[in-house]
Amino acid sequence: MTDLPDPTAPRPFEELLGDCVHCGFCLPTCPTHVLWGQEMDSPRGRIHLMAQTHDDVLTEAAVGHFDNCLGCLACVTACPSGVAYDALIDRTRVRVEQEHRRPLPERALRGAVFALFPHRRRLRLLRGPLRAYQASGASALVRRSGLLDRISPALATMERVAPPLSAPPPAVPELVPAVGRARARVGMLLGCVQDAFFPDVNTATARILALEGCDVVVPRDQGCCGALSGHAGRGAEAAGFLQALIGAFERADVERIVVNSAGCGSGMRHAERVLSEAGADDALVRRGRAFAAGVVDLAEFLVDLGPVAERHPLPLHTAYHDACHLSHGQGVTRQPRTLLAGIPELTVSDLPNKEICCGSAGVYNLFNPGPARELGDRKAADAASTGARLLVSGNPGCSLQIASALERAGTPMAVAHTARVLDASLRGLPVRSLLGTG
Amino acid sequence: MPDTAHPIPAAVAALVPRLRAICGGDGVLTDTSRRRVYDSDGITHHREIPGVVVLPTTAEQVAAVVGLCAGTGVPFVPRGAGTGLSGGALPHPEGVLLSTSRMRRIIEIDPANECAVVEPGVANLDVSRAAAPHGYYYAPDPSSQQVCSVGGNVAENSGGAHCLKYGFTVDHVRGLDVVTPDGALVRLGGKAPDAPGHDLIGAFTGSEGTLGVTTRITVGLTRLPERTVTLLAAFTSMDAGGRAVGDIIAAGVLPSAIEMMDALAIEAAEAAVACDYPAGAAAVLIVELDGPAVEVRAQLAEVTRLCAAAGSFETRTAADADERARIWKGRKSAFAAVGRISPAYIVQDGVVPRTALSEVLRRITELSAQSGIRVANVFHAGDGNLHPLVLFDDAEPGAAERAEEVSGAILDLCVEHGGSITGEHGVGVDKACKMPRMYSPDDLATFDLFRGALDPEGIANPYKLLPTPRLCGERPGVRTGVHPLVESGRAEQF
Repeated sequence: MTDLPDPTAPRPFEELLGDCVHCGFCLPTCPTHVLWGQEMDSPRGRIHLMAQTHDDVLTEAAVGHFDNCLGCLACVTACPSGVAYDALIDRTRVRVEQEHRRPLPERALRGAVFALFPHRRRLRLLRGPLRAYQASGASALVRRSGLLDRISPALATMERVAPPLSAPPPAVPELVPAVGRARARVGMLLGCVQDAFFPDVNTATARILALEGCDVVVPRDQGCCGALSGHAGRGAEAAGFLQALIGAFERADVERIVVNSAGCGSGMRHAERVLSEAGADDALVRRGRAFAAGVVDLAEFLVDLGPVAERHPLPLHTAYHDACHLSHGQGVTRQPRTLLAGIPELTVSDLPNKEICCGSAGVYNLFNPGPARELGDRKAADAASTGARLLVSGNPGCSLQIASALERAGTPMAVAHTARVLDASLRGLPVRSLLGTG
Repeated sequence: MPDTAHPIPAAVAALVPRLRAICGGDGVLTDTSRRRVYDSDGITHHREIPGVVVLPTTAEQVAAVVGLCAGTGVPFVPRGAGTGLSGGALPHPEGVLLSTSRMRRIIEIDPANECAVVEPGVANLDVSRAAAPHGYYYAPDPSSQQVCSVGGNVAENSGGAHCLKYGFTVDHVRGLDVVTPDGALVRLGGKAPDAPGHDLIGAFTGSEGTLGVTTRITVGLTRLPERTVTLLAAFTSMDAGGRAVGDIIAAGVLPSAIEMMDALAIEAAEAAVACDYPAGAAAVLIVELDGPAVEVRAQLAEVTRLCAAAGSFETRTAADADERARIWKGRKSAFAAVGRISPAYIVQDGVVPRTALSEVLRRITELSAQSGIRVANVFHAGDGNLHPLVLFDDAEPGAAERAEEVSGAILDLCVEHGGSITGEHGVGVDKACKMPRMYSPDDLATFDLFRGALDPEGIANPYKLLPTPRLCGERPGVRTGVHPLVESGRAEQF
C-alpha cells in the first residue's frame, strides 16, 4: 500500500515540465505571444525558463516573463500533450513570491490589492466613495487629465475599469426557496468583485435558480474563494480562504455549489491541488476534493438541469465572450451559448479570436496595465466587429475590462452577465433593461 | 545558469551595437536565459544556444542584419515559428538567430488574382482564415498549420495531409522577396504564375535557409470546394487498410487526402483529444473527398464500397465542418499526443512508393519486435509518406540509442524500397548525415556548388541540409576532392 504512489498526490515539478514536447501549438493562442512575438513570452518559452531556473536562481529576466503571463490557460486548451501549465505557473509564482524580492512600489501595490480585493466587505465600503466620485463629474475630469496615468498606471486602470454604480439592490437572502417543486438544493457563491460591483448579477442568479426549481442557500459567512491569491503566487493565503469557504458550504448542506464568476469557479475546482500544494493535511485535502466535485458554473448547471421556467422573447443581437476561466479553465463553452440560444428572438454571435484573453485576468490589469489595455482594445474591436448590441460575459473581471475598452473606443455596446440576460427573459423585461448602464 | 557559462562569442558581441541600431533595443536578445529559450526548434534533441537573437520587423531590417553578417563572416540561422522537426532552425552558437516571429502582417488578400501576399511570420492557417470570407483558402496544410509560419513552410517546402491532390508549398508559391546571403533584397516572381527562366522560386523553396531569408511571400489561393466529405474507415489490420488505399487510387479516385493511423497512434490520439474512433480498430483510414457536390457524392459511394470490400468493419461519414474537425482532430494531434503514452519519442519522416507500403510496414513491425522499441504509425498513405513515431523512455539507460537505431533503420528501409529519407520535415541538421544514403557523391557536390554560388562564405544556415565532415565525420563515399565540373574547367569552385 505504502509503495504505491498516491495518484492524487501532486506530480513532481520536473515531471510536469517533461510533458512538454516543444511542439509550439500553444503559441498562437497565448496573448503575450500575440502581442510581442517572442519565445520567452509564450507558454513554450516560459516552460523553458522554468526548466532553466528549476535548479538555479530565479533570474530577473525569468521573473519578468512569468509575471507577464496572464494565466488565461488558453495554452492548456491548445496543448495536445496535456501539459499542466496551470499547475506549472501556479507553483512557479509561489516560488517567485518566496524567493524574489520585488522593488518597493511593486510590493506596496501588491500588498494593497490583496488587502482589498479578496475582501467583500472592504470592496463594498469602496462603493460609497466611488459613487460619489462618479456622480461629482470628477471622474470624467480625472480621465481627461491623464493625471492618474502619470501618478500610477495601476491606479488609473482601477479608476477606468470601475463600473458606474447605482444604489445596490438589497442583499440576496440566506435562503431563496424554489418556485414550485424543488428539483435541487444548491449553494451559491457571491464572489468578491461580483458582489461589490455587480450585485444585480447575484440577484439575477438567485432568481433564475429559484425560478428553475432550486432551493438556493447563500451562506452568510462565505468569504473569498482564494482564486486571485492563488493566481498570484500567494498559495498559503489562497489555501486559507479556501479552507474557510469549504467550511461555510459544508455547513450549508447543499448538493452543488453554483458559481457565476468564471475566475472563482476555476479556482474552486482546483481546491484539492491548491490545498495540497500549500501543505494542508490529508483530511483537509480530502474535504477539498469533495468540495471541488460539487462546484459547477451557473450555465453548466442550468443546462444539465434542463429548463422549466418560461422564456420570454428578447429581440436582441448579442455576442458571447468566452471568459478564459470558463472556456480554458473549466471547459464550459457550449452551455452559455445553449442558454442564450434558448431565449426566443435572441441571436448569439461568436467573437473573432474568441480564445484570446481580454487582458483582465484577475488582477493582471492592475499589475500590467500596458499589455492589459492593448488586449482590451483588441477584444473591444473584435466585439464591435460582430455588430451586436450587447456583449455577454460570464466573468465580472472580463465585464469590467471590456466595458472600459469599449468606452475608450467609443463603441456603443453594453455588457451584461449571462445571468442578467436569462433573468430578463424569465421576467419578461424589455431589451432596454439590458442596454442601460450597470 | 549564470551568464558566465555561455558568454556571447566575441565576434557576435562586436555586432550587438549595430544589431541594436538596426532592430531596436527590444529586437535584440543578448542575455543568456533569453537566448537559451531559442536553443531548439520542434526537435529538442538538438540544442545550441544562439550567439544572439534578433527579432526584425521589416524586410529592410532583415537585409541590414544579413548584410552585417556577410560583411563580418558571422553565420546566421533563420527561424520561423520554431516548429520544424529536422532542426533546420537549430541555432549556431557563434551566429545570429534571425526570428521572423514579429513579421506577421497579411499584406493583401487578392481574390481576383487568387493570391495572398504575406510576411514570413504569418501562421499558415491564418492565410486560410483571411481568405475564407472571399471563398478561398491556402491549400498546403502541415499538421502544425495553426502555428507554423508561411516563411518556414517555404524554407522546408512543407506538405500536409492534402498534398496528395493539391501539391506541396512549392506548387503554391508565386512570388518571393528574398534577402540573399550577401544582404541583397531581391524579388522573385510575382502575382502572375509561371515566370520564364530558371525556376529560382523552385530552388529557393525547400532550401532550408541555406540560400537566404524570405521577407514577403505571394501564394496562390485555392477556391473552397463546393463540398467536402470526410470518411473514417476502421480496419482490423494494417494490411486491409493498405489494400483499401491501393484500391482507391487504382479506381481512379483522387481524394484530397488519405491518412492512416495504426492502433498505437489511435491510442495516443484517444488519450489526448478523445477523438472516439471505432473501438478495436487496428488501423483507421481517413479519406477526404472534395470538389463539386455531384462528383463528391459519386466518389464517396465508390470509396465506401472499396473500403468495405477491403474489409473495413465500420465507416463513418462526416459532412459538416464540426464532424469533419472531430475526425481530423485525432490525426492532427497525433504527433504531440504521443507524449501522453510515452515519455519520449522520435518523429520519423520517410517516403516509400505506395506499392511498397505494406511490405515496409511489416518490416517496421519486425524491427519493433526485435528491438523492443514501440513504433506508432501515422502517415499520408496516399503518397506513401510515412511518419513512424519511435517511442522510448529517456530515463531508461540505452533506450534513446536503441530508438535512434530503429529510427535510422526505418529510413534505410525507405531508401532500400526506392523511397526518400524525408517527405516533408526536411533534412536540417537531423538528416544531413543521411543524405549520402540517397545521393551519390557527385549529386552532393553539385548541391554544394549550387549553394556556394549564392553563399560563397557559407554563412547562411551552415551545417544544415548537406553533410559536412564537421557534422558527419569523414565518411567513405563522401567526395572530398574537386567536382568533375571544376576539374574540367566548366565550373568555378567557390
